[in-house]
Amino acid sequence: MLSLESITKTTQDWLLAKFDPTIALAIECVIVILLCITLFAVLGLVLVLLERKVAARIQIRLGPNRVGPGGIFQTAADTLKLIMKEGLTPDTADKFLFNLAPFVVMMVAMLLLAPIAFAKNFQIWDINIGVLYISSVSSLSVIGILMAGWASNNKYSLLGAMRSGAQIVSYELSAGFAVLTIVVLTGSLQISEIVAAQENGWWLFKGHIPVVIAFVLYIIAVTAETNRAPFDLAEAESELTAGFHTEYSGMKFALFFLAEYINIFIVCAIGATLFLGGWMPFHIGSWEAFNHIMDYIPSSIWFMGKTFFLIFLIMWFRWTFPRLRVDQLLNLEWKYLLPISLFNLLLVTVVAIMGWHF
Amino acid sequence: MYNETEIIKDTTELGPDGELVINMGPQHPATHGVLHLVVTLNGETIKKIEPHLGYIHRSIEKMCERLTYRQFIYVTSRMDYLSSHINNTACALLVEKGMQIEVPERAKVVRTILNELTRIASHELWIGAMAMDLGAFTPFFYAFREREMITDIMEDTCGARLTMNYIVPGGLMYDIHPAFQTNVKAFIKQFKEKVTEYEDLVTGNVIFQSRTKGVGVLTAEDAISYGCTGPVARASGVSCDMRKIAPYDAYDRVEFDEVIETDGDSFTRYLVRVKEMNQSIRIIEQLIDNIPEGEFVGKTKNVLKLAKGEFYQRVETARGELGVYIVSEGGTTPYRIKFRSPGFSNLSVLNHISKGSMIGDLMATMGTLDLVIPDIDR
Amino acid sequence: MFLKDYISDVYNGVASLLKGMRKTGYYFTHSKEIITEQYPDNRATLKLADRFKGEVVMPHDDNNEHTCTGCTACELACPNGTIKIITKFDITPEGKKKKAIDAFIYRLEMCTLCNLCITACPSDAIKMVPNFEHSVFDRSKLTKILNKPGSKIKEGIE
Repeated sequence: MLSLESITKTTQDWLLAKFDPTIALAIECVIVILLCITLFAVLGLVLVLLERKVAARIQIRLGPNRVGPGGIFQTAADTLKLIMKEGLTPDTADKFLFNLAPFVVMMVAMLLLAPIAFAKNFQIWDINIGVLYISSVSSLSVIGILMAGWASNNKYSLLGAMRSGAQIVSYELSAGFAVLTIVVLTGSLQISEIVAAQENGWWLFKGHIPVVIAFVLYIIAVTAETNRAPFDLAEAESELTAGFHTEYSGMKFALFFLAEYINIFIVCAIGATLFLGGWMPFHIGSWEAFNHIMDYIPSSIWFMGKTFFLIFLIMWFRWTFPRLRVDQLLNLEWKYLLPISLFNLLLVTVVAIMGWHF
Repeated sequence: MYNETEIIKDTTELGPDGELVINMGPQHPATHGVLHLVVTLNGETIKKIEPHLGYIHRSIEKMCERLTYRQFIYVTSRMDYLSSHINNTACALLVEKGMQIEVPERAKVVRTILNELTRIASHELWIGAMAMDLGAFTPFFYAFREREMITDIMEDTCGARLTMNYIVPGGLMYDIHPAFQTNVKAFIKQFKEKVTEYEDLVTGNVIFQSRTKGVGVLTAEDAISYGCTGPVARASGVSCDMRKIAPYDAYDRVEFDEVIETDGDSFTRYLVRVKEMNQSIRIIEQLIDNIPEGEFVGKTKNVLKLAKGEFYQRVETARGELGVYIVSEGGTTPYRIKFRSPGFSNLSVLNHISKGSMIGDLMATMGTLDLVIPDIDR
Repeated sequence: MFLKDYISDVYNGVASLLKGMRKTGYYFTHSKEIITEQYPDNRATLKLADRFKGEVVMPHDDNNEHTCTGCTACELACPNGTIKIITKFDITPEGKKKKAIDAFIYRLEMCTLCNLCITACPSDAIKMVPNFEHSVFDRSKLTKILNKPGSKIKEGIE
């Protein structure tokens, strides 16, 4: 059967047979970079369209339906427009930082792709501290946002950036604790091992209530970390016009926009990996026939399906809830989420030590 | 007072005590029009708000002074465009009062129904816009779906959706549409079904409650001293419903409650408006089956001339008390006309009630004051 | 009790959020609730209210006759000076001079569609039609002459 695993394996074998190992590695790197950029572009287009369609359906509208069948080329047309627009730099802005900021945000999003297992044995870099790497790198994106807000020399941008800084730094904690629950249960930081540990059942099902709580906490925390409604205070439209990217236009704005969606994809992918078994198919205990059928669905489809389910969940939040106020946002983290996560971590440790999970 | 140098000043500079001065508006998503607020901030906390007006001043009062008593009514639709019917009614009532024109019963009842429909439409739009200010985009579309039914009814009967100009001195411009009653009943049915959606999405929502409860508290004393009227004052426990105090048209023969709450915060103002919609439905239900037959416009002279003197008429718009004051020299046009618009006094309280709150609270407060900028500026 | 309040706070909060999500979820899954009107595409089926005030026109019958006597009642009733009537004197077959309109100038760009001219007209010569697609490339096209060339007043209208 043709799978992503076999394709990578054939490619590697062919490269190793043709070239010497160093050059082969270099070529592989180039291929991976190209694939990453393509994935970025495609994901950006797909997710923006998906968001607009989901929003439209929830708001009893049709959504974009003019460019291409059912409006599928709408985002491509929008991107084309943004590329052709002038990338304005305000006179009083700190020009170097202003132009650097979108790339910092983008780069962080790109770095996060490395340890994600897209399918069975299809992973860019199976680093042994995968989860730690993700938590540490993802907190770097706040630097880009602060940079953008400060360099714009605009009060709205500055307020947005400061809010975003406080928000991301706080919510990192509960996201981290939620991730730790799975690390405690698995006993490993490596993504491939976490996925392998879920072969006979996803953690969400076999981890009892603590993992369910951790899952909910994780979803809330990453929604806040990616600056999505109801936690989109950094760009709170009705308060700060557009927050930290008020002054950005053209492709630089598009990079921020793209980075937001890529970040959603990444946090949802990690959520799917940790709680929903990554690329592992859905198995029910001893139903051999059922499990066998499930195995026939390619692992990449399992992974994407789970990820997109979580993405939809986050979009659903956005189009239902009002926005929180900045002090309430921090209250929620420090007075509700953090105590619950700490208690939950304790609970999960007990569960893991006593071996109560399946 | 207004100081020109204050606006042009370099925006990157901090205020005298190191506070941040931001210009909110005239183009800002939350001001719903060209309102300009100079907000002085200490971090995220508001220290002072200074509203600057005049961006949409069209000198409606001056325009009215050169128009005849038949003509000037249409201009008033452009003041508070969300309750244009009620503005028109106020002017028509004043002319009728000044000239002792007998208004047929049919016209009175139809005017009342249309006024209440306008009030519901205005509140529907307000719910949507306010939820949008607080970051919930979806209720806007649900609210507009119901509002659309009202505008369709208006379109059928009056021929326009927003600036109807259907009310003339003496009654109505033409008779109601044959399908008016069935359409209104269909609307009442749908409204009663769908009003629970706002409860699910907005009223009961924990985030919405925490954003609005205890925010922008207006005491009854302040409401009176600032001259607040309408739902804003009623949420603070001030009874000020013109439909009860000085009934006009058919309001003296319908049963309805004046919605009065006492908390005075943004959430209460929200609740008052939602309850008012239900009261409006109650008024319409009492009248819709009992529209008397007969003339739709009373006998008037061809040229309307108001006797020499001063005339005042007040009505309850969706935003509060609208007063029309005319000084007549006995001619065909008013000598001086003055509108007491509810939005202006409601805006003046903004600085007082949002001092010390955060930027996010300002959106909730401003949203629940229900400001319509052309009403403030005229 | 503190802990009990805390837990009930969390529970009620989450419950209210789920209630909202159920409502939006309902609309997401029910496509028949969609209310979008695809305007330029639905031109054929678009039905505006008969009374919709879109534009003032002067109806002409098959003999190219209208009922406007040129009394300028509409001109006087108009609050913004939208209407301008230029009159002329026709010579009737009997040799008498008769007042008639030369041009009924209607400036759509100034019209607020208040309907006062229609109610002022004593001979129902003008009416409102539900035509709302007024966009043109040149503003001067909005200044219209409502009486058709060569039209004359209907017999018996004074």
